[in-house]
Amino acid sequence: MGLLYGLIAAGLALIFGLMDVVNFAHGEFLMIAMYATFFLFAFFAIDPLLSAPLVAAALFVFGAVVYLLIVRFAMRAKANAGMVQIFSTFGLAIVMRGLAQFFFTPDYRSVTNSWVGGKTVSIAGIYLPEPQLIGAMLSIAAFVALYFFINRTDFGRALEATREDAGAVALVGIDKNRVFALGWGLGAALVGLAGAIMAIFFYVYPDVGASFALIAYVTVALGGFGSVFGAFAGGIIVGLVEATTALILPPSLKSVGIYAVYLLVVFIRPRGLFGSM
Amino acid sequence: MDTEFAQRRRRDLIVAACLAAIAALVPLFVKDVYVQNIMVLTLMYAALSQSWNILSGYCGQISLGHALYFGLGAYTTALLFTKFGVLPWFGMLAGGAISALIAMALGYPCFRLRGHYFVIATIVIAEIALLLIQNWDWAGAALGIDIPVRGDSWLKFQFTRSKLPYFYFALALACIAWFVTWWLEDSKWGYWWRAVKDNPDAAESLGVVVFNSKMGAAAVSAFLVAVGGSFYAQFVSYIDPESVMGFQFSLLMALPAVLGGIGTLWGPVLGAVILIPLTELTRSFIGGSGRGVDLIVYGTLIVVISLALPRGLVSVFSLRKGAAR
Repeated sequence: MGLLYGLIAAGLALIFGLMDVVNFAHGEFLMIAMYATFFLFAFFAIDPLLSAPLVAAALFVFGAVVYLLIVRFAMRAKANAGMVQIFSTFGLAIVMRGLAQFFFTPDYRSVTNSWVGGKTVSIAGIYLPEPQLIGAMLSIAAFVALYFFINRTDFGRALEATREDAGAVALVGIDKNRVFALGWGLGAALVGLAGAIMAIFFYVYPDVGASFALIAYVTVALGGFGSVFGAFAGGIIVGLVEATTALILPPSLKSVGIYAVYLLVVFIRPRGLFGSM
Repeated sequence: MDTEFAQRRRRDLIVAACLAAIAALVPLFVKDVYVQNIMVLTLMYAALSQSWNILSGYCGQISLGHALYFGLGAYTTALLFTKFGVLPWFGMLAGGAISALIAMALGYPCFRLRGHYFVIATIVIAEIALLLIQNWDWAGAALGIDIPVRGDSWLKFQFTRSKLPYFYFALALACIAWFVTWWLEDSKWGYWWRAVKDNPDAAESLGVVVFNSKMGAAAVSAFLVAVGGSFYAQFVSYIDPESVMGFQFSLLMALPAVLGGIGTLWGPVLGAVILIPLTELTRSFIGGSGRGVDLIVYGTLIVVISLALPRGLVSVFSLRKGAAR
């Protein structure tokens, strides 16, 4: 589960952690990714594993559009930039939830009889559910890809440079909006991937994103802003802490452990574990 | 410059007194219970948002966990009344005091955090409290508390037949929150807070005790919000953890101030007066279908206002008057 949080957080790490833009609609991105997976399965019988790239591509476009239509203007605000980002994306989240209710009704839906759903695989005597295992592997792959992408490619450098100093970047001929739109697209695509996998074993309903989004924020902040590796480590820690808490406390309190660990970490190290900001 | 500022403050006070007097007369003409209900909520949100604005607007410490104090106020009052028979008036003060103390206890470690780390800490703390209360059987757990009706009286602050007493209390609360803000704006604290908001390091070097001024803002803010929570518990006479302490509520409390104008005296009032009736009207006229159209309208509104007027709705007024700020 921790690595799945990691996968959800990976997209947020890119948007929130690296570009320093708040996205309060992150959970809703996850929600529409799950719906997309569900409908592809229900109408076209495309297995979530196959539709994952499609969903990721669709979310890429969606993320870029959201940036160009809303976030671009939020970042341009001269006053209260932080609050404008928080509340414009929060408003977007409400709209998306409303649209989901309108078109998909508030019913709980789930993907049944997918290739890997409900199956388990045994590794050295330990039984693991297949969807979670695939999610975990994808998560690691996504982080490795993201890490190289940020640290080794021109685009990654452009992204970081743009966050640091948009004015100077413009002087060397980098279009800030293009870089950030791509960043948002990529972040959303990662969430799309996470949503496709999660749809295999989790109910889909309009409010599904909210519970995961908060944990994703905590994961990114725990690892520290500005660090891809931090978000990955944060994801693993969150998963381990949740599992441990579930052993000690009743299941309804399992998130308390995650939140408490976050507080503990930032009280000792106010920049998160690996944060550079 | 100084006198202009003093003039503006005097004018603000007169305008506020006039508005309060007009508001107090409105129920004489508006007898519709549904409309009165909206007016009570509007005043309550104005008060809450004004209190939130003290810490987050003036002092610049963005808290998205203020539902914690609202919930503490509501729960303290409700628990003291249902379990020990303590009158809500005392519960209100107790809730406020407890919230202020907790705000300071939490502020002690939290105020060292900056930016997103601080915001997320406030969210997370409120969320922990929410989960704990949801699992606290003695306090009604996830089901919440039903406050028993013991007849109409000011003593027990319960009114089943009329909404008017609630209206006047909410009006008083909104006036108090406004007045406290007005008064603090020109006090030593007010100047400290704005200095801390603009540049904490510079403020510190000029002798502002940054830490203490944040603590002061948090305590005042938490106290007023908790009183609002106590009021809400009596008003709806049923509370459950999610509705008084949920994360959504923290955002809803901040929304009027943000849309109206964060860190301004009139922002929260203006935001609440426009936003809350609009919310309630869309909810009852187009939300009945249960298909989320009200959410779509409401969300779009938030996006548009926050993008179009980053300084909030008050900026429209100050531009028209040609005022510098």
